[in-house]
Amino acid sequence: MINKSQMNSLGQSLLNFWRSSIGKKLIVAVTGIILVGFLLAHMAGNLLVFQGREPMNDYAYFLHHFLHGAGIWLFRLVLLGAFVLHIVTTICLVRENRAAREERYACEATVKASGSSKIMIWSGLTVLGFVIFHIFHFTVRVDPDLAAMKDPLDPSRHDVYGMVIAGFQNPLVVLFYIIAVTLLCSHLRHGVASLFQTLGFRSEKTRVAIGYLGIAIAIILWLGFLSIPSLVTFGLLEDKGAAIEHSSHSTASLLKC
Amino acid sequence: MNLTLKVWRQAHANDTGSIETYPANDIPEEASFLEMLDIVNERIIEDGGDPIHFDHDCREGICGMCSLTINGVPHTKDSGITTCQVHMRKFREGDTIWVEPFRARAFPIVKDLMTDRSAFDRIIAAGGYISVRTGSAPDANSIPISKDDANDAFDAAACIGCGACVAACKNASAMLFVGAKANHLNKLPQGEPEKDKRVLGMVRQMDAEGFGNCTNQYECEGVCPKEISADVIAKLNRDYAAAATREAVE
Repeated sequence: MINKSQMNSLGQSLLNFWRSSIGKKLIVAVTGIILVGFLLAHMAGNLLVFQGREPMNDYAYFLHHFLHGAGIWLFRLVLLGAFVLHIVTTICLVRENRAAREERYACEATVKASGSSKIMIWSGLTVLGFVIFHIFHFTVRVDPDLAAMKDPLDPSRHDVYGMVIAGFQNPLVVLFYIIAVTLLCSHLRHGVASLFQTLGFRSEKTRVAIGYLGIAIAIILWLGFLSIPSLVTFGLLEDKGAAIEHSSHSTASLLKC
Repeated sequence: MNLTLKVWRQAHANDTGSIETYPANDIPEEASFLEMLDIVNERIIEDGGDPIHFDHDCREGICGMCSLTINGVPHTKDSGITTCQVHMRKFREGDTIWVEPFRARAFPIVKDLMTDRSAFDRIIAAGGYISVRTGSAPDANSIPISKDDANDAFDAAACIGCGACVAACKNASAMLFVGAKANHLNKLPQGEPEKDKRVLGMVRQMDAEGFGNCTNQYECEGVCPKEISADVIAKLNRDYAAAATREAVE
C-alpha cells in the first residue's frame, strides 16, 4: 500500500518535473514523437488512394472496425491527449520564454537559427487551425455531399476514396491544404531534429544524421501529403468509379425513358 | 576611422533607458573595441558628460567580464572571440555600430552596458562544485581518466561564464552555461558521485533565476567565445531526465 507521504513525495517529484524547463521540453519531445508517428502512418494510409477505391475503402473500414470499433477511439484518445499536451506545454514554454527576454534588442541579428526554428509557434498554430478544419472536412464531414458518399462496390460503407477526390475539387481547400502542409513540414524540419536534442541523443557522432533525418522526414511528408491534392487538381487522379456509376445511372435513366 | 555609435544609455537599474548616438571619429584601426569606447569616453568626459559604463577586466578573452552586444550579436559575429578581442579593423569607414547590453530578465542592467550576472554565481552555488577535502594537490595520474572523458570535460570547462549564450538566445536561456558547468564535473570521477544532485540543483536554480527555455536554435553555440558545443545541452537534458526519474522512484 502507498501511504499519504509517499504519494505526496511522488506528486512533488512530478510537479517539479512539470515546473522545470527541461521537464516541459521532454513532454513536448515525447508528444512530438507520437504526432510524427501518426503523420507517417496517416500519409502511408492516404497513399492507398493510388491503389484504387477498394484498397482505400478496405483500409478505412479496417480502421473504423478494429477491436470492434474501440480501436479507433482508443487511438483518437491517445492522439488527442498528445496533441493537447504538446500545444499546452508549448504555450507555457513560449510564455516563459517571452518573460525571460522582456526587452528586445534595438538591432536584432542571428548567427545560426534556421528559418523554420524562427516560426515554430506560427507554423504550429497554423497547423492547429488546419487540423480543426481537416477534422470537420473529412472526419465529421460537415459537407452533406461528402457525408452521403457511399462505396459503389459496397453501398453499406462510406466511400473514402471518392470523398478524398471530391474534397480536393475546391481550389481554396487545396490552397489551404498546401499552405498548411508546407508549414507543418517546416515545423517538423526543426522539430524532429530538436526532439533528439531534447531527449539527449545529439552528440558529435549523431549530430549530422539527426539534422538530415529532420529534413528527410519533412520532405517525405511534404511529397506524400501534397501528391494527392496536386494530382487531383491537375486531373491525374480522377474518381473513375463514380464516373462509371454516374454513366450507368444515366444509361439506366435513358433506358427507363 | 570615422564611425557612428548607437549606444544603450540607462542611468540606473530602474531607468527606462534609450539608444543615444555618439560620433567616434579618428579611431585607429588597430584599436580594440573596448579601446575605441575608452577614446569615446575620454571625449565625453572632456565635454563634461557621463561616460558610457561597460564591464571589462582582463582584456585578453579569458575572464568573461566584457559583455557587449555589437550589432545584435553578443561579443561579435566573428566566432570564438570576446568583445575585448574585437578590433576596429573589422569595421568599415563610416559604419554605424549598435552597442547594447546583454539582454535577459535574469541579467538586470546596473548602468548603461553593465549587467548583473550574479545569477550565474547562484547556479554554480546550487551544484557546480565537488564536495572533497581541500589540501595539497593529489598526484596527477592517481585517478585514471580516459582520454575521451578528459577531452570532453576540458572542452566544457573552457566556459568563462560570460553570459553571451544567454544574451544570444531569443529566450534568454542559460542551458549552454549550465550544460557546460554540469558536464565538466559530471564527466570526471571526482564529480560523478554528486551528478544527480548537481544536475537537479543547477537546473532548478536556473529556472528560479528566470532564464528561458532552450528551443534548440543553437545561437548560444554560434556566439560562444570558447566555441562550446550545444551537445552539452543534450547531455544535460539526458542527465536531468535520468536524475528526475531516480528522484521520483527511489
